[in-house]
Amino acid sequence: MAIAGEFAYYKPQSLPAAVELLAEHGDAARVLAGGTDLVAWLRDGLDDPRVLVDIKALAGLDQLEEREDGLRIGALVTFNQLIESDLVMEKFPLLGEMSRTVASNGLRNRATLAGNICSAVPSCDGGPVLLVYEAEVLVQGPRGERVIPITDWFTGPKQTALACGELVTGILVPRPGEKHGGAWARLGRYQGEDLAQASVAVLALTGDEYRIAFGAVAPTPVRGRRIESLLAGKTLSAEQLVATRELVPEEISPITDIRATREYRLHMVKLMLERGLLAAADRLAGAGPALGTPLI
Amino acid sequence: MTQKKLETPPQGRHSITLTLNGESRTVDVWPHEILLDVLRDRLGIKSPKIGCERGDCGACTVLFNGRSVRSCLILAVEADGAEIKTVEYLSREEPTPLQESFVARNAFQCGFCTPGIVLATTELLERNPHPTEEEVREAIAGNLCRCTGYRQIIDAVLAAGK
Repeated sequence: MAIAGEFAYYKPQSLPAAVELLAEHGDAARVLAGGTDLVAWLRDGLDDPRVLVDIKALAGLDQLEEREDGLRIGALVTFNQLIESDLVMEKFPLLGEMSRTVASNGLRNRATLAGNICSAVPSCDGGPVLLVYEAEVLVQGPRGERVIPITDWFTGPKQTALACGELVTGILVPRPGEKHGGAWARLGRYQGEDLAQASVAVLALTGDEYRIAFGAVAPTPVRGRRIESLLAGKTLSAEQLVATRELVPEEISPITDIRATREYRLHMVKLMLERGLLAAADRLAGAGPALGTPLI
Repeated sequence: MTQKKLETPPQGRHSITLTLNGESRTVDVWPHEILLDVLRDRLGIKSPKIGCERGDCGACTVLFNGRSVRSCLILAVEADGAEIKTVEYLSREEPTPLQESFVARNAFQCGFCTPGIVLATTELLERNPHPTEEEVREAIAGNLCRCTGYRQIIDAVLAAGK
């Protein structure tokens, strides 16, 4: 279907000009980066803005940069840029492992990680991984710059903490200690392109510390803090894995929809979490399955 | 911030210039016009096909600054200054070795998905001249063949990548 609505298109050449446009047009404006969600929504009539602000001319936003405080991912960095970055694959491998499972190659050439969390659909792949890395969303607005912790970012399905007139310029992923092991388990209806039915991200840190997050099983991506507390400081044992499974229903609230039933999601998340924990712990120890090995 | 009610959008058509299959082309487009439609209906390039129109099927694939993208999910106005290539460019003199490989292995039935798959795998071979079968499958995971002739397609790409 063609796009029924009409809108004006702006491609500002500087960040202040972009912020000014967004401030001027308020709720009527949308930010356009890769467009893989936004243009589909415009076509489907799910969104009807009066103004699009294309940010692809803004200098520097397409950069991946290692800083003292971590990895800075510009708002225009695509999933394929993450996959093709040695820096990402070596130092933030969970980001790379997740990126490889997003949609298809043709979409990953265009879709951005920042756009993924701005669309904020409950099944977004970027959410759980950024939650376990404890990322920060870098935002520019009429009153200057602010930083939104990823834990405060997702406020509901397709809802974020971004205020009207604000623009995401990038994402900061702090280095999680000296070393870490990660695991990404993503359930789809078939191999190949599909939205996740459920996803689990696990980060294992030295000292038997774990960070856990889930996608597509709650109104937003969610952190599994009860399970993290249960596991903290103890070696992973069979008994602990059983206790972990029992806590899963307290962490997530899956629904039945066209992609899966609530029961199936609950069952599979328990399995994915167990495999994810074991894979992340093994990888932390320098072993474990090769990156990208499907865990489910 | 309170919501502002806006009058009719202040801007009309945009004049865009792109390099299409090696030729500079200029066309006036409305902001809501889709690149796929402009390529087919205004610029005479019919190889990108109209399939699902939501990025799932890959029939509308074009090379956009060297990368395969879904032209159904790009506004034409976004293509200002871009270099776009389709299969018309690949075979401007003679078919590429990859295209010859498709012909030799009968890697199409109805042919509707072929332009998109040829472009997706052209990109693959440029970046990875000797892909494994798994890598070929991943490269075309977003390109659906309604005739389900995947085996011949995968074989054709693998043979061209030997």
